[in-house]
Amino acid sequence: MKAPRTLAQQQTKPVVRLGLGVLTWFIVIVFFFPVLWMVLTGFKTEPTANTPTPKFVFSPTFSEYDSVWQGTAGTAGLRGFLEHSIGISLLSTLIVLALALPAAYALTIRPVRKWRDVLFFFISTKMLPIVGAIIPLYILARDLNILDTQRVLILLYTAMNLPIAVWMLRSFLLEVPASVIEASQVDGARVLRQLRSIVIPLIMPGLSAAALLCFIFSWNEFFLAVNLTTTNGATVPIYLVGFVAPEGQFLAHLSAAATVACLPVLIAGWAAQDKLVRGLSMGAVK
Amino acid sequence: MTVLTAAPRRVAPARSPENRRGLAWLRRLPLLPAMVFTVVVTQIPFVLTLFDSFEKYNLNYPARPKQFPTVANYQAVFSDPVFRTAALNTLLFTAVPVICSVLLGLGVAILLNRRVFGRGFLRTLIISPFLVMSAAAALIWKYSILDTSFGVLNFFLKPFGVHDVNWIGVHSQLTIITFLTWQWTPFMVLILLAGLQSQGEDILEAARVDGAGAWRTFRALTLPHLRMYIELGILLGSIYIVQAFDSVYMITQGGPATDTTNLPYYIYQTAFQAYDIGRASAMSVVVVLATILIATVALRTISTMFSDEGMRGR
Repeated sequence: MKAPRTLAQQQTKPVVRLGLGVLTWFIVIVFFFPVLWMVLTGFKTEPTANTPTPKFVFSPTFSEYDSVWQGTAGTAGLRGFLEHSIGISLLSTLIVLALALPAAYALTIRPVRKWRDVLFFFISTKMLPIVGAIIPLYILARDLNILDTQRVLILLYTAMNLPIAVWMLRSFLLEVPASVIEASQVDGARVLRQLRSIVIPLIMPGLSAAALLCFIFSWNEFFLAVNLTTTNGATVPIYLVGFVAPEGQFLAHLSAAATVACLPVLIAGWAAQDKLVRGLSMGAVK
Repeated sequence: MTVLTAAPRRVAPARSPENRRGLAWLRRLPLLPAMVFTVVVTQIPFVLTLFDSFEKYNLNYPARPKQFPTVANYQAVFSDPVFRTAALNTLLFTAVPVICSVLLGLGVAILLNRRVFGRGFLRTLIISPFLVMSAAAALIWKYSILDTSFGVLNFFLKPFGVHDVNWIGVHSQLTIITFLTWQWTPFMVLILLAGLQSQGEDILEAARVDGAGAWRTFRALTLPHLRMYIELGILLGSIYIVQAFDSVYMITQGGPATDTTNLPYYIYQTAFQAYDIGRASAMSVVVVLATILIATVALRTISTMFSDEGMRGR
């Protein structure tokens, strides 16, 4: 992220430079404000949160986080939903990687004949609107007795993220120098050993970026979760649906719950922001 | 960067022709699990949707005889004014946020590409709206930001003479568009910033030495360089934004009336609130066909985009 000071910037007047700096900060803070406000309100008590004149200075309290975690008289706690979300996201991410890595291998290092068609088949599944499949998915899940289970979401999130992972891993595999693979073949390394001891270590950054992205997409997914689960398989976003028709004072409670819901992905995304762009563009932009 | 759809090198040594068939299957083997899984989970439901769409099928009346095949569902869909409204809203809620987020994203990316105090920190902050769970963010916007009496927006606007505006009730379409733009601008910033950083500093210096002004350098050099990144942003943004459901569900429930009902939400209502499986399936088929039409064009664009060597990054 370090940019050398260019000639152009040296010639800019200090006043203009300062102005542009202030403008940058202003725009970024405007964009970040809703997130900041969410976190802040979560540390308030309900009476402090529900005032017509917003309070920016207040004594922070964890009381709403406590009640979110354990549940209140009328509502269930977030804990069960969190456990579902973590389990579903982790497991589906693992399955995605297990399926995507061999597939990407077969599209790169030892390519099948119509690898280009296969690649575009994968990406085309991302373009089909999910609403087009939701009704049969619901009926199939009902008939297979997996409606409202974690299994149904694991299955569908795997399908949802597989194309992204295949494309991404492929872009990383293409970067493995041909000489490295040739050398390992001369040494007589079997495919599996070649994969384990040479290819995987080399594309570790790609694997972790793909895993991260799959986790983020699974964690945040709402449409499938809301239509196919209610309690036993319900993820964190489903907990939030209860706030669509809320009663009484709830702003602090909602904010605390939303903060907990967003935190894992925010931290993961911040930590891996360098790889985010490559993942989001499925390997096209580095 | 590496050319994504360029032919991968073949490192396997040549085999005799007899072995070729076996070899071809050996090559296919690692691909099969992913392929079979994707076909089963993503394609079969669409086939079933097609089947359901020719059937009179309402979960409210399970005993009623199912007529099959019938085109009644399609007749109902095409004579339904709400379907047309939903289609237009989908177009509106895709095109406007995509255009706005690309323009805003370009502006922010240019600003962040300069030497500015706390640049890494600012970049970390700006990507947050994209990372947060959209269902959670939508609720925060609804109750904490846009609410008529408790929302901070009206509080901030008070000094400017704006009083107690019911944003969600009166400006519902603007609300959805603004929310989606807020959510997707960071995505565009990331892609365009990568584009800007991949531009050779030496070319810009050369232009500067030749006496080209900042605007001319931008128009003649930076913008053409960014074109592919902008196209990629538009394409990927459209794929995701066209399916926007969380924000409509959480903030407006499609209302007031059908002002913010887009196709995903309308199909959801028809299937899960009216239980009219047949009609919802017919709508889905129309949506999928329209998407295939658009996606074919889009895929062709991607295809040329990814096989172009211009997309380099650092």
